[in-house]
Amino acid sequence: MEHIITPKVEYVKLLNTYPEKKSALGTLYLTATHLIYVEQTNNNARTETWVLHHHIMSVEKLPLTASGCPLLIRCKTFQLLHLLFQRERDCQDVFQSLLRLSQPVKEEELYAFLCNPHQNEEDRRQGWEFISVANDFSRMGLSNEYWEISHLNKNYEICSTYPSILGLPKNASVAVVTGSAKFRSRGRLPVLSYYHKDTKAALCRCSQPLSGLTSRCVEDEQMLQAISQANSNCPFIYVVDTRPKLNAMANRAAGKGYENEDNYSNIRFQFQGIENIHVMRNSLQKLLEVCSMKSPSMSDYLTGLENSGWLRHIKSVMDAGVFLAKAVCDERASVLVHCSDGWDRTAQVCSLACILLDPYYRTIKGLMVLIEKEWISFGHKFSHRCGHLDTDPKEVSPVFTQFLECVWQLSEQLPCVFEFNERYLIEIHNQVYACQYGNFIGNCQKERLDMRLHEKTFSLWPHLLKNQHLYRNPLYRRSLESTVLRPSTLPLHFKFWCGMYNHYDRGMHPKQSVLDQLLSLTQKQVEGERTMTELQRQLAVADGVLPDPSGPINTPAEQDSPSEKTPTAPVVQSNGSCAPLINGDAEEAGPGAEKCNEKEGADPGATEHDLTSSEDKPVSVETEHSKEEVQESS
Amino acid sequence: MELSEHIKTANVEDVTLRRPFHPALRGTLCVTSHHLLFSDRKDEASWQLLILLKNIDAIEKSIENLFGYPRAVGSSGTITIKCKDLLVLQLEIPGMEECLNIASSIEALSSLESMTEMYPFFYRPSHLTLHGPWGLSSTEQYYKQTERLWDRWRVSKVNSDYSVCPSYPSAVIVPREVDDDKLIRSARFRQGGRFPVLSYCHHRNGMVIMRSSQPLTGANKKRCKEDELLLQAVIDGSELGYIIDLRSAQQAQQARMTGGGFESKSCYSHWKRIHRHHERGKVVQESLTKLVEVCSDPSHSVDRWLSKLENSKWLSHVHSALSTAGLVVECVERDGHSVLVHGSEGTDNTLLVSSLAQLVLDPASRTVTGFLCLLEREWIQAGHPFQQRCAHSAYSHARLKQECPIFLLLLDCVWQVWRQFPLALEFSEALLLRLAQEVYASNYGTFLCNSEQERCAAGVKENTHCLFQSLLKPDIEEQYLNPLYEPTDLAIWPSVHPQSLQLWTGMFLRWTEYAQNMEEAREEVWSIVKEHRERAGPDRTNNTLSTHCDTLTPFENLMDELTIL
Repeated sequence: MEHIITPKVEYVKLLNTYPEKKSALGTLYLTATHLIYVEQTNNNARTETWVLHHHIMSVEKLPLTASGCPLLIRCKTFQLLHLLFQRERDCQDVFQSLLRLSQPVKEEELYAFLCNPHQNEEDRRQGWEFISVANDFSRMGLSNEYWEISHLNKNYEICSTYPSILGLPKNASVAVVTGSAKFRSRGRLPVLSYYHKDTKAALCRCSQPLSGLTSRCVEDEQMLQAISQANSNCPFIYVVDTRPKLNAMANRAAGKGYENEDNYSNIRFQFQGIENIHVMRNSLQKLLEVCSMKSPSMSDYLTGLENSGWLRHIKSVMDAGVFLAKAVCDERASVLVHCSDGWDRTAQVCSLACILLDPYYRTIKGLMVLIEKEWISFGHKFSHRCGHLDTDPKEVSPVFTQFLECVWQLSEQLPCVFEFNERYLIEIHNQVYACQYGNFIGNCQKERLDMRLHEKTFSLWPHLLKNQHLYRNPLYRRSLESTVLRPSTLPLHFKFWCGMYNHYDRGMHPKQSVLDQLLSLTQKQVEGERTMTELQRQLAVADGVLPDPSGPINTPAEQDSPSEKTPTAPVVQSNGSCAPLINGDAEEAGPGAEKCNEKEGADPGATEHDLTSSEDKPVSVETEHSKEEVQESS
Repeated sequence: MELSEHIKTANVEDVTLRRPFHPALRGTLCVTSHHLLFSDRKDEASWQLLILLKNIDAIEKSIENLFGYPRAVGSSGTITIKCKDLLVLQLEIPGMEECLNIASSIEALSSLESMTEMYPFFYRPSHLTLHGPWGLSSTEQYYKQTERLWDRWRVSKVNSDYSVCPSYPSAVIVPREVDDDKLIRSARFRQGGRFPVLSYCHHRNGMVIMRSSQPLTGANKKRCKEDELLLQAVIDGSELGYIIDLRSAQQAQQARMTGGGFESKSCYSHWKRIHRHHERGKVVQESLTKLVEVCSDPSHSVDRWLSKLENSKWLSHVHSALSTAGLVVECVERDGHSVLVHGSEGTDNTLLVSSLAQLVLDPASRTVTGFLCLLEREWIQAGHPFQQRCAHSAYSHARLKQECPIFLLLLDCVWQVWRQFPLALEFSEALLLRLAQEVYASNYGTFLCNSEQERCAAGVKENTHCLFQSLLKPDIEEQYLNPLYEPTDLAIWPSVHPQSLQLWTGMFLRWTEYAQNMEEAREEVWSIVKEHRERAGPDRTNNTLSTHCDTLTPFENLMDELTIL
């Protein structure tokens, strides 16, 4: 709060991206968590624009103009706010406040530590246990004859950025495991990512070997041998280096590099040519420039899109994912994937391959599990990549965004195979940057443990599940469940994702939504089914068949989840909690911002009258649009 | 020469047919006067492929074993057939001579130019009769149905013998106060005699869209008093009308050197002229060729794909057509002014822009019937030279003369509108695809000839069936309905941001796996809608009520048990 110099500025103009449209006049509020712009229109209707401070990527003061002092705010959610202040002083104050507020220095300043989404400790605990990587291993059929769940890394001693439980081949001894870890960059040894029951082929991941120009390591070679032997269906394993060959070779000079086929028996080595985080960051930068062009011609746009290289990179990720899936299901071969550290490109292609191979990951819950497994637990550096804290800008990169886009590209090509719709992907993306829940804070499991995130913050997944009716794909066909996806990767299938990168430019989107229409048509039916499931569950609980009344939706996979044993008892809400700005069932009375201010012990006066509708605010609130917009011009 | 004389080899056995995304088939190939027939007799239920020869745009043959190889191996040839609906087929034909014969027969028969030899004159399905009215509507009928016209507008038969304007229909709608003599004089002042006529009258405010060709002002700035009076009568006392000239200001200036020109401010003081550059003719045709080429080449990288897509300029044409239509709508709907649209001849882009504007403005033109009537009125009767424009499509190696896929561009633009307003049109993408096919090769006479005059002379109405009538037969129409249609009275104003416009994949990737995925999705939408209609619909009837109860029973049982517990 001490960073907010001026909590309220009146007569601020919000300039429209399109010159032909009128700009809005309204009042700007700064709260501890949000920037809120309230537009006053003549007929007493008000539109509010809420922007989470964490979502702000950059704030820029533009040169003074005759009409006022402009401030340009760019968001990580690709929202662009162009404000115009009457007084230079106000502009400067807001500018300085936002600079500080949008770049927290310490973890404790993150929203997740301030926010209490109306849940008690028991809910919190259950929320965190809701998605479990261990359960997913059992779903795949682990442990079995060939693979086991190992606790060797339980103190994060073998590899500090890996999870505490690892899937390892049964016949790899402890010496081989530790030896292999020492030969891999940051100790990220080859471990199981996904086990494909039907073919016995395994998808494994690691970091690059420290092979340099000549080095070799017997244990590492034995480790790969063990992975190969765990699959009797194929005499060799693929080793896929997702980097361009040139990059991999350059690493050899630094004592790292890639596997020498001569040293490893029966490996087939392959490069995939996905560029590094710096190239991706620059590419997105260029893409966003295209997105914010003012009235571009079709040629400007297409040329800009081409020059950004963005879709080329998306295709390279997709190509690699398709390669892995094909190797596993067509050749029945196990695959070991790495890049440099094995937490960016490796996470992208492994999770993509999982989606192609296993229909479970195409469900609403399955995608949560996949993200929890391949990204969060395997140490994708969310804090660094998303720039949660004021850190090295060179660490920031849209790696996770690219993964979500690949899923979107698949859903565009195969509209009936995903249980979720585009909004689910966009909501996850917003939440990753929002830091409202603890899931995406920190860079690896160990860090999260040290931060005691599970005690101090809440998990996103139960929140998403509660709203899952918004995220359903009405075209989802369960009959297609069992199939392995075989998308076409021809360039013409890669489209620009307007819903993501121009999400806030409502004028560009279709004016009527097939999705909404179908959702409303199917809503009744779903409600019926849900009531049915719920009643059945209650009955089962009452009969003592099922011990756990954990949630309204139960897929068979989670019913036998060992983690959910205790029945919930209603616990009285502790009163010192900060009211949710975002949560669906926030208390009606409290304007969220005000409550936050209270928590901070500061004066809430500035905002108290105007912001009374905090109920059910999503992370970023968009301008409401009325029916008249159907008529509105481009 | 009889058609059959072109056929040197009528039948070949053991032909292999290859199509994209289907396994190769072996069967018999048969060439008739108008069709190519392939039938696979392997199974009891034989599978047949029937292609209108007119649909074939290009044919490429490659003969193996031509040089150097011993003849004993058995020579064979491959014919690649590229259709105007963008399908590409390969036929492997045993025997070099047969192959060459088949190829030359196809070449000769697919490029026939004599109107009365065209297939529509031979197409006699049992379920259709040649008697009765042809087409959906006429100018007179349209006038009768549109009450808002009666006060200030009239039907003129000045062109009843097509002497005033050969490309206009016999009847046109003009301001009531302008007599036929003035029309004749105005026609002399307009290229091809296309004097300003009414295209659309807006139901909200009575403002109109007129269309014409360019005025023949020439280098020495000729005037025509009657033409000026005609336009003055259009705005009838209101202060201002807009002339949307579909050429750049510079092009319009240049047109004066060749006898054309534009309406100068001094002579038409109540009209404000706006220039919007639109490509036409050869440029648009080349765009299509380039676009189809890049869509069918799988070897490109993403960068190359995007750069070729840009280079084809097809989406730029879509962009400008929709933008200008939006401009017309803005004038009519938002600012409340009447509009005159023209380019040079007034037979291509003029029709494109005026019909798109109507689709955006007029809810009546968004139903299946309304849309087909719009096409009939604004394209067929208005004299879009279909025969010249659609003689060849994207693949042809022939030297193209007058070809230009303006009608396909219209369909693409309509698709873009549908994509942005997926609930607002009563018809579905399937109708657009069907039309895209029919316009190039058809069993029906609807798209034959270049004008009503030509159709009369060729006896099209007497001797062929009408496509639009057949599309509106209830059992057929259903395939083309949009399950989510919800009529709206509002203007449906599409966004023309480049991000909002997309490649029409349904058309240009029509013969790929992608189309199958989309078909699945469409079926799913239909099944959701049907299920919903069944549930929501006739709840009152006994039949559905009983099934309704059936589904309820388990719920109630559960409820009971729970309350007991």
